Amino acid sequence: MPRLSYRRALTRALADEMTRDGSVFLLGEDIRVAAASVTTGLLKKFGPERVLDTPLSEQAFTSFATGAALAGARPVIEFQIPSLLFLVFEQIVNHAHKFPLMTGGQCAVPVTYLVPGSGSRTGWAGQHSDHPYSLFAHVGVTTVVPATPADAYGLLVSAIRCDDPVVVFAPAGALDVRADVTDLAPVPLGRGVVRRPGSDVTVVAVGHLVHDALAVAGELAGQVSVEVFDPRTLYPFDWDGLLDSVSRTGRLVVVDDSNRSCGIAGEIIATVVERVPLAAPPRRVTRPDGAVLPFAPALDRAVQPGRDQLTAAIQLTCKDG
Amino acid sequence: MTDSDPVRLYRTVRLIRRFEERAIELVDAGEIVGGIHPYLGQEGVAAGVCAALRPGDLVTGTHRGHGHVLAKGADPARMLAELCGRVTGLNRGRGGSMHAADFGVGVLGANAIVGAAGAILTGAVWARRRRGDDVVGATFFGDGAVNEGMLLEAFNLAALWRVPVLFVCENNGYATTMPVDGAVAGTIAGRAAAFGMPTVTVDGQDPETVREATAAAVARMRAGGGPELVEARTYRFDAHHTFEHRVRLDYRPPEEVAAARRRDPVLIQGDRLPAADRAAVDAEVEATLDAAVDFALASPAPDPATALDHLYASGLTARTGGG
Ligand SMILES: Cc1ncc(C[n+]2csc(CCOP(=O)(O)OP(=O)(O)O)c2C)c(N)n1
Ligand SMILES: [Mg+2]
Repeated sequence: MPRLSYRRALTRALADEMTRDGSVFLLGEDIRVAAASVTTGLLKKFGPERVLDTPLSEQAFTSFATGAALAGARPVIEFQIPSLLFLVFEQIVNHAHKFPLMTGGQCAVPVTYLVPGSGSRTGWAGQHSDHPYSLFAHVGVTTVVPATPADAYGLLVSAIRCDDPVVVFAPAGALDVRADVTDLAPVPLGRGVVRRPGSDVTVVAVGHLVHDALAVAGELAGQVSVEVFDPRTLYPFDWDGLLDSVSRTGRLVVVDDSNRSCGIAGEIIATVVERVPLAAPPRRVTRPDGAVLPFAPALDRAVQPGRDQLTAAIQLTCKDG
Repeated sequence: MTDSDPVRLYRTVRLIRRFEERAIELVDAGEIVGGIHPYLGQEGVAAGVCAALRPGDLVTGTHRGHGHVLAKGADPARMLAELCGRVTGLNRGRGGSMHAADFGVGVLGANAIVGAAGAILTGAVWARRRRGDDVVGATFFGDGAVNEGMLLEAFNLAALWRVPVLFVCENNGYATTMPVDGAVAGTIAGRAAAFGMPTVTVDGQDPETVREATAAAVARMRAGGGPELVEARTYRFDAHHTFEHRVRLDYRPPEEVAAARRRDPVLIQGDRLPAADRAAVDAEVEATLDAAVDFALASPAPDPATALDHLYASGLTARTGGG
């Protein structure tokens, strides 16, 4: 079986969609030489007309992509740093996201914002280590955080084919994941997946944390039967899939690399408790409120949700009630 | 009639003028909620620029955008219905004054974030030309917008990639209450020139002058030239926004306003017409606007159950907010 890396899965998705649909093109900083190792080989294959290196003008090229999308193209923007999304929040939210409604349905804005290396990159400190997916879920922009190579491929393909803007977070903590992949296929947006079945507690894990949750579930196997639910898309969220899981387990823990206040974990817990009676209070493991990732490795790790915290949260939740 | 026909240009400025006056009446009557940013006094800019464009060319407008949308050819009745928030409006009542859009006539929207539209239009024109369509674009913005970094980034992208976009600065002397001299270091044209763009500063009160400057720039752009900037010196005769009709703000000397009003684009263009032609246009515009007002006010308001329609082009439906 061929081993596929997460990064190469992204490359394959871009190449396949560019081959399938001539309106797809890429733009970003240093993408012709594939500085982020995602656009590797694409310049040679598709030429400079479809692989555009931009000046360092995130705001202009993000709205340039909006305009191109309004005119029928399907741009994919690669961002070098997750924190750059703060620069272009205006362009994505005020324009790309709002245009269809504001114009009364006169247009579509099919742009994909690809962020390879989101979250902590270890040693990149405060301005390169953000994971702002909850912000996009909050404003209602389709937001995906694939955990595996197969999902990286399948969700990126679906993002490019979607008629609305989609932000694709490829967590730094997942970029080196490799997996045996037999067939690559589109993964539907808005559909989660149970990564490991269990009966005592549902753990919702986002992005790279899926792998931590699976490791913790394995370690706890003798004591607690943990079901790991990977939402894959944070907006629109697969509420049916999650409610089905929690209805069976009756317990909920969420592990999420967002800052705590107004992070997606809070929304997940709120929605579940509105709909399903739980046997014990739900818990969440997140970054702290207002987190800025400090530089020193031990500090960087201390601020990210960790396996020990997750283990403790699962044990407490299973003891309660 | 050709685009350079003075009658046609007069019809456009007269239409915008009377449209705005009727809209202000509807604001006062409570039919248009939220007020408007009147384009009164600046009609010559939108009319002159759009007269030099083809129907398939693309434009973006501003918060003070009625003139741009009308000059590019949108139906005044559906435009007015939009301002009144009716389902028959250009945007089905979802956009209002500051977001009026009519993709059918190449208006990719008035845009209420100052300085934001230039990059959008640049991308749209680039994508259309890449497909082989012979289009150019014109993006309108005020003097206030030249201090927005994103617009200057758009200047660079358009110039670097030689996208034929005409950057039209409507310099009406003020950004809300801030005079240009208090806000702009250097010159507006100088900013575009720094990116290698040809620039011209024209009298925005004369529709013919604006049309000629635009036609020359558009001809160069169609022949393969890159973006250019036209700075149209103009003046807004009325309030920044109709809220100023209730709250008097003291920032323009009355003599300055009075002097500026003497250079009225509607009169300047009207004086070029034989009296009979002019009267005929006036009557025609009046009839058009009477019908537009009737149409707007007779149109139904949108059903609240459809408030989130069109939020997603992909057909995604959002959760509603109720308990
Ligand atoms: C980015 C941004 N900042 C502030 C505002 C609020 N605002 C609306 S219009 C305006 C003044 C704009 O001045 P100018 O660009 O000269 O256009 P004018 O109103 O004179 O037509 C301001 C500050 C806004 N809409 N967008
Ligand atoms: Mg101004």
